[in-house]
Amino acid sequence: MKKFFSVLLALAGPVWAAAASSLEDVKQRGVLRWGADAEGGAPYVFHDPAAPDRLLGFEVELAEELARRLAVRPQLVQENWDMLVPALKQGAFDVILNGLERTPENHQKLELSRPYFVYHQQIITRADTTQIKSLDDLKGRTVAALSGSVSFRILAARPEINMKIYSGNAQSFQDLKIGRLDAVIVDSPVASHFARNDPELRFGGPPFAPGYYAIGLPLGDAELLGALDKAIGALLANGTLERIYRKYDLWGPEQAGLAQVRLVDAPREGPSSTLAHWQRYLPLLLRASLTTIWLTVAGMGLAMALGLAIALSRLYGPRTLRWIATAYTEVMRGTPLLIQLYFIYYGLAQQLGLRMGEYAAAVLALGLNYAANEAENYRAGINAVARGQWEAATALGMSRWLTLRRIILPQAFRLVVPPVSNDFIAMFKDSSIVSVIAIVELTKEYQIRATDTGDYLGLGVMTAALYFGMSYAASLLMQRFEHRLQHDHR
Amino acid sequence: MITVKGLEKSFGETHVLRGIDHQQARGEAAVLIGPSGCGKSTFLRCLNLLETPTAGTIILDGITITGGGGDAPAEFEERQRQARRRTGMVFQSFNLFPHRTVLENVIEAPIHVKGLQRAEAVESGMNLLRKVGLEARSGFLPGALSGGQQQRVAIARALAMQPDIMLFDEPTSALDPELREEVLEVIRQLRDEGMTMLIVTHEMEFARQIAHQVLFFDGGLVVEAGPPERVFGAPSQERTRAFLRKIIPNPAS
Repeated sequence: MKKFFSVLLALAGPVWAAAASSLEDVKQRGVLRWGADAEGGAPYVFHDPAAPDRLLGFEVELAEELARRLAVRPQLVQENWDMLVPALKQGAFDVILNGLERTPENHQKLELSRPYFVYHQQIITRADTTQIKSLDDLKGRTVAALSGSVSFRILAARPEINMKIYSGNAQSFQDLKIGRLDAVIVDSPVASHFARNDPELRFGGPPFAPGYYAIGLPLGDAELLGALDKAIGALLANGTLERIYRKYDLWGPEQAGLAQVRLVDAPREGPSSTLAHWQRYLPLLLRASLTTIWLTVAGMGLAMALGLAIALSRLYGPRTLRWIATAYTEVMRGTPLLIQLYFIYYGLAQQLGLRMGEYAAAVLALGLNYAANEAENYRAGINAVARGQWEAATALGMSRWLTLRRIILPQAFRLVVPPVSNDFIAMFKDSSIVSVIAIVELTKEYQIRATDTGDYLGLGVMTAALYFGMSYAASLLMQRFEHRLQHDHR
Repeated sequence: MITVKGLEKSFGETHVLRGIDHQQARGEAAVLIGPSGCGKSTFLRCLNLLETPTAGTIILDGITITGGGGDAPAEFEERQRQARRRTGMVFQSFNLFPHRTVLENVIEAPIHVKGLQRAEAVESGMNLLRKVGLEARSGFLPGALSGGQQQRVAIARALAMQPDIMLFDEPTSALDPELREEVLEVIRQLRDEGMTMLIVTHEMEFARQIAHQVLFFDGGLVVEAGPPERVFGAPSQERTRAFLRKIIPNPAS
């Protein structure tokens, strides 16, 4: 929901773009608002495990020093990492200070300060994996990248590597340890913080693909940019950065060289909508739609089959079975799908060693959740068939099961077509939730491309059109089916 | 053919049947009359065990189908099968299967309960539809038929299981007056062919014509029973007379 809301605000962003904050605003307010993701954000920004109210991290201390130079207070604004750019444009904070890579793509969307940190990419594997030393060794392997990061771009350019996209590092390390992944590619600070001292993990080869972290500001905010550049220069010169980085074990010769780095950015191209380049993006979104369709059809198939079994158990089963079916329905309806998904994908793997693939887990979660709804639909449908139908079949000597199968259920199915098609269409949209277990379906693909290009509007139009197309096609199909059921034999 | 002794049925505290005795020979038509709520329909539904009697004995064709309470579920189910194999029932509201055509309604049970081959079931089904005058409607869904036609299909559907006894539970009560005669005509024809029948009805003239015996029910008991000329012409019980006065405005006719 939060994500959706910020996307919405980001869409509306350009309307208020004139209100972009600058140095004067920050000084008047006395607060420098900096955007970062403290969720699993070590060693950049994270909550002290011993005192969750306290923030730790080299960027927390950097923000404090920068704010001191501007004679203001720093204030962290929490945002998901892959949503930082749209949130900045919407005005949620003044700067992004959170491992933002100084890439040409980011330069298109943002003003970027002078570098404050040199990072590398690092391959991490399980300790027992010895044959992975470089990107070339990853061919045919399943490898995690962080959504919207440089590792994502590196892997996207190598289709021979099977990439899985995560929005947090904690989950990808978890999946690496239990064997769902062969490797994870992360920035060097993450590697040294999480993997260096973990006996279960090892570094797969030397660091590669160096790059710089920079502070990101809204386009055109030259005043604040100048002030921050000056402040970073001063912190480099007087040894403050060295002191901070040493504290987090991040100091090295390459950081010492930062003082001499002078970067010349290529001129920006004019803003362009992805709609103008739809030939490039639509196929990507279409491919993701196939995943959405597949998930929905499989999930709904499971839900309908299981739902029928539950409905029959509730109506005609022995007492224990009836009780179990009722409890199942109530629990599944009364708990969030997201929790059920995490439970199935991570919970079962951790506690029971039951490790299933992300697609199996996704279909299972969607199916198990919707089965409760379908069971209630069927139950209502069966109860709505007239009692006289039972009596007529019984008087003819038909058994209960035969009556149910040949007389009651066919009539009940006709009655439940409208509510079931409703759920079917709802699942197209609900299936987007499975992106949290590293499945790229339509919504996730949209998020990735929108983060990449900054064009939430154009891609949003294409994505919405695809969702609408799927739902409408499903709706037409169901109407035809309903029509045929009611008019067969004529 | 049919022997009923001391049949009782209660729904909780309500005693609907309070000890019914009844004897009926093969080929006889018995007509059950009486005010509504007197237990006639419940009596009929006990004969094929749609309702489970609380006490008493029912013997159909020499087979005892009630043994009082306390028997094993398997035994009870076997008796249900016996009772339903011997009886066919026609309901007030037809209860045709709306998702099946007229012919499919008729052949459903012969195929799936008796295990008849489809071709065989279709042949005898079409014969039965011809008998009730609806051969031309065999491919229609019930919803496309008039009430009278639907009830004739329901009769054909019951006959398709070749029952020894036909139970009619107010077969014309849901029909407009002009549609009743076509249904009554089919029942009349069955009676003439020697079908053993029990009919719950409010059609007194029809009852007088076809009944071998008339049973007057009131308050869960058979108050008076006998041939129609005696029950209608010279009822011995005051309650029978009162009922007939109400239902036949001019008994002299």
